[in-house]
Amino acid sequence: MTEIRKGYVRPLDLKHGCVDMSHGSGGRAMAQLIEELFAKHLGNEYLAQGNDGAVMPMPPGRLVMATDSHVVSPLFFPGGDIGCLSVHGTINDIAVMGATPLYLAAGFILEEGFPLADLARLVESMAHAAKEAGVPIVTGDTKVVEAGKGDGVFITTTGVGVVADGEDFSGARARPGDRIIVSGSIGDHGMAIMAQRESLGFSAPIVSDTAALHGLIAAMRKSGAAIHVLRDPTRGGVATTLNEIARQSGVGMMLQEAALPVNPEVAAACEFLGLDPLYVANEGKLLAIVAAQDCAVLLATMQAHPLGLRSSVIGTVQEDPHYFVQMTTGFGGRRIVDWLTGEQLPRIC
Amino acid sequence: MKYIDEFRDGELAKGLAVAIAQAADPARRYHFMEFCGGHTHAISRYGVTDLLPPNVRMIHGPGCPVCVLPIGRIDMAIRLALEAGVTLCTYGDTLRVPASDGLSLLKAKARGGDIRMVYSSADAVSIAQQNPEKQVVFFAIGFETTTPPTAVAIKQAQALGLKNFSVLCCHVLTPAAITNILESPEVRQWGTVPLDGFIGPAHVSTVIGSRPYEFFAEEFRKPVVIAGFEPLDVMQAVLMLIKQVNEGRAVVENEFSRAVTRDGNIKAQNLVSEIFELRQSFEWRGLNEVPYSALRIRKEFAEFDAERRFDIPYKTVPDNKACECGAILRGVKRPQDCKIFGTVCTPENPVGSCMVSSEGACAAHYTFGRFKDIAVVSE
Repeated sequence: MTEIRKGYVRPLDLKHGCVDMSHGSGGRAMAQLIEELFAKHLGNEYLAQGNDGAVMPMPPGRLVMATDSHVVSPLFFPGGDIGCLSVHGTINDIAVMGATPLYLAAGFILEEGFPLADLARLVESMAHAAKEAGVPIVTGDTKVVEAGKGDGVFITTTGVGVVADGEDFSGARARPGDRIIVSGSIGDHGMAIMAQRESLGFSAPIVSDTAALHGLIAAMRKSGAAIHVLRDPTRGGVATTLNEIARQSGVGMMLQEAALPVNPEVAAACEFLGLDPLYVANEGKLLAIVAAQDCAVLLATMQAHPLGLRSSVIGTVQEDPHYFVQMTTGFGGRRIVDWLTGEQLPRIC
Repeated sequence: MKYIDEFRDGELAKGLAVAIAQAADPARRYHFMEFCGGHTHAISRYGVTDLLPPNVRMIHGPGCPVCVLPIGRIDMAIRLALEAGVTLCTYGDTLRVPASDGLSLLKAKARGGDIRMVYSSADAVSIAQQNPEKQVVFFAIGFETTTPPTAVAIKQAQALGLKNFSVLCCHVLTPAAITNILESPEVRQWGTVPLDGFIGPAHVSTVIGSRPYEFFAEEFRKPVVIAGFEPLDVMQAVLMLIKQVNEGRAVVENEFSRAVTRDGNIKAQNLVSEIFELRQSFEWRGLNEVPYSALRIRKEFAEFDAERRFDIPYKTVPDNKACECGAILRGVKRPQDCKIFGTVCTPENPVGSCMVSSEGACAAHYTFGRFKDIAVVSE
């Protein structure tokens, strides 16, 4: 038998190369991209199986599954990038169900012409985030669209986790008298993105809060406090998330404006643009609704965790047939904190 | 935030609330119109009315630039984007205002119109610079506050020799609108709209000064207090108005002395008059045609006037019959008096313009204050 010489394959040009249509065609170029970029950084035993799907062991419990698409622009921003954001986002969606996140899958839609150097940075960032969180990316998919039909890169991540029997953190469990806790300053992620966007042309030192919250949540569950609802207030901000919970649970809420933790630079940027931090997205914060008698225990647990240092009680759940979320303003009046309408648009005058 | 939080201090507000309650004569009622949407927004967002005695009522005025923009003007902007194929630059508020054929600028954008939200008129000039092959039109709306920046943009475009930049000028004038309200039969003849005084505009007054209001105080015997847009400013102004009413005075007082002078910003005024001139008449939503109430671009700057550059005649479009925006803008009705408020007309699907901008009387009441109506009903 003659020995076949292995052909020379020019390695990917990660400095100056760009994504082209062949990277999504299913041929050698795609195999090379997966091998030299994705597998290299994300490598783990399940991904190494090299099949169309991954086969993993599953601990006992009920399965929780969540998916999240990421289309953020700019792709890189102070405090993170679309890569780590896509890992954190799905882990958080699973964790707020009270589940332990186990595995992630990632789908990439790449735009023709996207620099491979940027792609490598994003994949490294994902790998780092997944490793830090202890949740491996076990399978994935890559598609390429023609130039002008995407926005650089879109990433969809899907995750699975398990939740023990008896743990139930549905949004429908808020009860009158419960306390509402937020795990830290609000509006950081959204304002970090806004400040970066070209059209704004002002640079505020605002850093995104993107982080995986399952560690904090594990500590909270261990505290034994009767947590009724957990949610991460991402798009639409704290206001929208609380309105969702109020409707699901059939209750009202009363917030105290003075108790809301807002970083001064975020408050200033919001003021400048006519936005309200209550409606600005977070990527590393959670809202917990807890029975009143356990509030102190839970708050202390959260404040002892690095991701919950600035946790504070921001309001209470109350009976309200109209499911209004209201707020006592710092000024002494009352107002509704309503659903977000459309996109938050700046006021002009 | 330094210099902002001081004007939102809850403790000072309590003190002012006591002073207002003491000053207000329980035997009478006080009706004050805050002209500006900025005040409407502050009153609703901070819950200022909760700190006022029940016999002091605030009436929301027409000073919301988006709310007074007639449908016909938005139609012009949409036609520019969809038919003339221009890049239309607009302030964010304007995007959702309902126009003819179920369209809005936002929907026109979804249909392929190149419509971009900008934060300042200068951004529109930059877009024109960067896209020399496209015609770029800045949809200029607003009162005297936003007029000088539009003037600056036109001057800049001229200095840069831009041939692809023009302005769809819809700038309107505050004093003309106040006169229109004061001369309306509801106020002057029939007295069905009781009006005891005005909270005068904050930002507008930094440009035009406090002098233009002196005429109203004298001619119509209505006190005017110019106030800043922070909630303590509003409360202080209410106190000053109550005192004027009690003492039978009707003069212009300036609460916003940290920014407003009697003469205003002369430099800005000169720039505006260099580039703009009065229109004989302009249609306002709610107030109909108001003589000499708006600006247009002077002949000398005709090349920057989108109305001259493109063939887009103005066509009046009547408001939805059920919509009470007109009456609400004149202070004749309150948002909750409108049949479609909160049912057919919501911030998600605004029928009238007052439901669009957060400065609009209906949107402010819906978003921040509607729980108060329900409480009254259920008690």
